[in-house]
Amino acid sequence: MADTTQTAEPASKVDLPAHLGGGGGGEIPSFDCTFRIARFDPENDQEPHWEEYSVTMYGTDRVLDALHKIKWDIDGSLSFRRSCAHGVCGSDAMRINGRNRLACKTLLKDLDTSKVITVEAIKGLPLEKDLIVDMEPFFQSYREIMPFLIPSGNEPTRERLQSQADRAIFDDTTKCILCASCTTSCPVYWTDGQYFGPASIVNAHRFIFDSRDDGGDMRLEVLNDREGVWRCRTTFNCTDACPRGIQVTKAIAEVKRALLTRSLA
Amino acid sequence: MAKASTGTLYRGREGMWSWVAHRVTGVGIFFFLLVHVLDTALVRVSPGAYNAVIDTYKSPLMAFGEVVLVAAIAFHAFNGLRVIAVDFFKGGTKHHKTLFWVAMGLWAVVMVGFLWRHIPNSLGGIF
Repeated sequence: MADTTQTAEPASKVDLPAHLGGGGGGEIPSFDCTFRIARFDPENDQEPHWEEYSVTMYGTDRVLDALHKIKWDIDGSLSFRRSCAHGVCGSDAMRINGRNRLACKTLLKDLDTSKVITVEAIKGLPLEKDLIVDMEPFFQSYREIMPFLIPSGNEPTRERLQSQADRAIFDDTTKCILCASCTTSCPVYWTDGQYFGPASIVNAHRFIFDSRDDGGDMRLEVLNDREGVWRCRTTFNCTDACPRGIQVTKAIAEVKRALLTRSLA
Repeated sequence: MAKASTGTLYRGREGMWSWVAHRVTGVGIFFFLLVHVLDTALVRVSPGAYNAVIDTYKSPLMAFGEVVLVAAIAFHAFNGLRVIAVDFFKGGTKHHKTLFWVAMGLWAVVMVGFLWRHIPNSLGGIF
């Protein structure tokens, strides 16, 4: 007789730890957790204040799902940015449990849900409302490093060829999504808003080390400024904060060394 | 425009806290050097006055102060070498945590060697 028994497809393919109800009958376990969110209403508040929300969440949820639940079911005035909700657009960078993270890439199962989870706006940029900051100073310094291809000579009639080895040099820094997690995790940037910040240097690195680009010297000149790469104190907060895993401090160190070898040559 | 900071501490790791400690020890050492230049310059004014000032240092409080001073200088020195390594050597950024703990190991070795001599010396001075 043929074996007709089928193994049941699990409802969740995520392995959950036992305290979140993992290892049960396959159903997605739910649990209660508390969020402490820094709220700021520019029309009434002088400074942000904490508010707590208790929500029932599922083991497969992310912090962004909890924020949605709070906004849609408890308090519609909660404001935060999010667009794609899948870690690509870089809109929902915020400080979760004291560290810069994307709310859409932070799984609740990776946090200690028995404790209160704190969520606040990223630091160092002007606060507009709740978890929304003014990103303009961030994009201003991004524009200053000229984040576009600057070629020289006549336009070629075919593709600008590049070897795999040449491409590998700046591969890491092409991954940036401009979420500002790195720049707003930098202690230097908090106290010195004139500092270009890690994100700008990462995006300058992406073109400085591109063999097809000829604007490297101009960008190095911009970053040789007092408020350029030399402000970096190698705290590695940016590298830890990057949701794309870019080795930010390494990229900054490479720009520093490029400036040094350029002046020696 | 309101500041985005709600006053909570950013939860940085080895890199951030070693930088904080580097700043604190750096400023501390700077103020020590001010005093140190003054009391050492006193020997040019009068060797008697110099000896009198140095004698006031032979107290348990100053012995403890010397422990803090050596700890701060040793930390600043080894962490400074680590920062240089991170900036100038290719693998420096990748292995910065290992470098930090190596610096802390060297710091501990120096501190044990120093305390080994310093504690009997300062106790002998009192009793």
